[in-house]
Amino acid sequence: MPIRRRDFLGLSAGASLFALRGGAWAASGDAGQKRLVIVLLRGAADGLNIVVPYGDEAYYAARPTIAIARPGAENGALALDEHFGLHPALAGLQPLWQAKQLAFVHAAGSPDPTRSHFDAQLFIESGTPGRRGTPDGWMNRLLAALPNASRGPTEALAVGPTVPQILKGRMPVANLSLGPAAATPLAIDKPEVASAFDRLYAGKDAIAQTYRQGRMARTELISGLPIPAEPTDAGAPPPNGFPAQAERLAGLLAHDPKIRFAVVSLGGWDTHVRQGNHAGQLAERLGPLGDGLAAFAKALGRAWQDTVVVLLSEFGRTVRENGDGGTDHGHGNVIALLGGPVQGSRVYGEWLGLAPAALYEGRDLAVSTDFRTVLACVIGRHLRVPDRSLTTIFPGFASPRSDIDRIIA
Amino acid sequence: MATQLPKSVVPAKAGTHCSAARVLGRWIPAFAGMTVLLVLLLAALFSKAEAAERASDRQILHVLDRLAFGPTAADVRHIKAIGIDRYIAEQLEPESIPEPSGLTERLSGLETLKLDPVQLFAEYGPLRATDGATPTPEDQKARRQRSRLILEQAQAARVWRALYSPRQLQEVMVDFWYNHFNVFAGKGLDRLWIGAYEEAIRRHVLGKFRDLLGATSHHPAMLVYLDNVQNAAPGSKGLNGREAGINENYARELIELHTLGADGGYTQDDVVALSRILTGWSLVRPNALPEKGSGFRFYPARHDNGGKHFLGHDIAGNGEAEGEAALDLLAKSPATARHLAAKLAQYFVADQPPSALVDRLAARFIETDGDIKSVLQALFASREFRESSAAKYKSPYRFVLSAARAAGVTGDNPKPLLGAMARLGQPLYRCATPDGYRDSEAAWLSPDASLLRVNFATALAGGKLPIAEGAEPVGAASLLATLGSGLSGKTRAAVAKAPAELQAALMLGSPDFMRR
Repeated sequence: MPIRRRDFLGLSAGASLFALRGGAWAASGDAGQKRLVIVLLRGAADGLNIVVPYGDEAYYAARPTIAIARPGAENGALALDEHFGLHPALAGLQPLWQAKQLAFVHAAGSPDPTRSHFDAQLFIESGTPGRRGTPDGWMNRLLAALPNASRGPTEALAVGPTVPQILKGRMPVANLSLGPAAATPLAIDKPEVASAFDRLYAGKDAIAQTYRQGRMARTELISGLPIPAEPTDAGAPPPNGFPAQAERLAGLLAHDPKIRFAVVSLGGWDTHVRQGNHAGQLAERLGPLGDGLAAFAKALGRAWQDTVVVLLSEFGRTVRENGDGGTDHGHGNVIALLGGPVQGSRVYGEWLGLAPAALYEGRDLAVSTDFRTVLACVIGRHLRVPDRSLTTIFPGFASPRSDIDRIIA
Repeated sequence: MATQLPKSVVPAKAGTHCSAARVLGRWIPAFAGMTVLLVLLLAALFSKAEAAERASDRQILHVLDRLAFGPTAADVRHIKAIGIDRYIAEQLEPESIPEPSGLTERLSGLETLKLDPVQLFAEYGPLRATDGATPTPEDQKARRQRSRLILEQAQAARVWRALYSPRQLQEVMVDFWYNHFNVFAGKGLDRLWIGAYEEAIRRHVLGKFRDLLGATSHHPAMLVYLDNVQNAAPGSKGLNGREAGINENYARELIELHTLGADGGYTQDDVVALSRILTGWSLVRPNALPEKGSGFRFYPARHDNGGKHFLGHDIAGNGEAEGEAALDLLAKSPATARHLAAKLAQYFVADQPPSALVDRLAARFIETDGDIKSVLQALFASREFRESSAAKYKSPYRFVLSAARAAGVTGDNPKPLLGAMARLGQPLYRCATPDGYRDSEAAWLSPDASLLRVNFATALAGGKLPIAEGAEPVGAASLLATLGSGLSGKTRAAVAKAPAELQAALMLGSPDFMRR
């Protein structure tokens, strides 16, 4: 029997147990810059083991070796409410849940049926499920929809050496690898080298424009990063854990109020084999994710009160574990939202259950909430972008009125 | 290329109907006029010849930017001597091109490249308990560290060949096909087999597609990377004797990425059918290791021998042969021809390749039963190819290699180049996802990487990268002689005005050099 999520009460008792840094600032009414950070979990993270439907018998029947035990049992899930629990490796996020700054939308995803990672990621980023030809990403169209044009390329920052589809488009954006060597001086930082190259890159073509965006952004961004003591060996990839990267990103955001949007990609979620339960490959990915997000919240300081972080993964994984202690490509998944403006401590979304008849194509979690509904709520209620702009950000999509609207204060 | 006389330049008629006096009176200005005309005529002829030569030089650079990892001074001389058509024909027959002894000697020093997958496992794989003695964790760690040598040697071999082998097209196609059948060095035991896997690919890069497909589908690197080692009939005892089941990972990517393409008209049922067909395709057991070999083994007991319906065909239970039949179907499908034709055209011509060209290449693929050399022959002979000069934005791999080649590096330390590829987002053998690296401007043009490219160009040109011992700054004059015809007038002017010590850096870091 389907359970309506809105019938559930979130846990409220925990809030006072955790003295949240941000609580006092929120009360002080500090109105900072509204920010949005998207974390893309590439490779289809297994949402059913991240927010575990421990209240569904079918969950345990389908996953004899990889299920997360019920709350209270050894290595069990961390109870979120009377139906869902959090993967124990995400314990680092518990304080945020208790402070009502972490929410989930379960059984969310794309209306497109593809089980191809690459198409599904493209659709999540372009914001146009089923349409491969969309040239730009929804976040770039969002930049274009904001008032006060020409705010400069550092308004949106992609972490990494390339610009992902979500930020591609006509609005200028910045990107930066946030490895330990991010702020190592480059030849281009020398004025005589810079001016010689600037003359070469004075044209109007995409290569010249991109270079100039890079020059502007670098000048601005590296002042917010600590300069490493020694240049790293050019041959060896530097150690680059997510918590360290998240902290550097928070440092940048805290330093530079112009950066309002950031996109981070994390891979390694395609757990076809031995994904494990409380321990194992998935747990090893979730630990740094949770710790990194907690570090990010902390390092952001008061800006956390005006920041929303959304975790998206292209699709979920099969309800049933496969023959190898793993899961294959599925459909519906969980979306996580964190931040001061989030009305957290609740699992949102309509839960249709895991009984065979409720599954998509008889094998996967069905999608009850379009991922664009969640994003439209963040864009409308957090970033205060008017409804009419949503038609350019998510063309052809009309966001239904739903309980999801309440996810942002 | 022949120089043609411009038709508009015709000798002028001067003073035909004039009196002598008038002729005399006008003689001086007429002479002056004739001189001007003559000078103009000569200038026109000269600039026409010069323009033709520049066009031909540009075409040489174009061919080297596509069939090779960019021009070197020696390659430009070679094409000037034999002509573009012969160069292309030569490149399509790599065995006919002798490799320089310097390169073969360097390669022969890489001992791990001489080992097959079984030998690699025995030499460098995890230690096994022998005679009841269990290896200590320290022993295993040391063993693991030793196995890094394999990746280092594979990387060195790849970079040396790309820089120094005259079989440039072969190495370009190694990049293309390795990437098409990507495996990730960081996945499990694949660290042992990266080099061997690439060797298996290199043998077929200009051969039949079906052979490439066969080589990759049986290779331990692919079987481990996409988990087919564990794909087994439900209820059978799988790898390590545990209860086993179907794993869809390889079957899905084999259809979506390696053959039909995402819009190749298959269904989820086809994915499941192919997974079942490929049950039992796995590796020899570590405790029953032969002395040498490919490492592949088919396990009938783990195979789902029931009938399957795959891509509209009924496939009766027939053990390992079912897999071969399925690979035949996939290789012969028009969707595969189209998918590969589009990908090749994107790689060699333009990010959005002309659909007429893709159609012709797909037709050629089908006519020749997937003969890669024939498809490339058609591609290189096409008008679309010849007219697409500088249409592509270089991937980091291409950019780094082409800069090193143009700069004339001779050293054997590939680390500065590998490090630059990694910083630019394309670490060699480290693409974690099975779709491999994209080859498009949209994938690689980014603000930060633009600066990192300029930085790399400056370090390389300044002789600051320890690729060779005692590296020297790159001479601007010789670099200009090699690259000049590919640089715009604006870039050449800006280079000429810049301080001498920056000129080489500016050429290698110019917007023009980002394209190919």
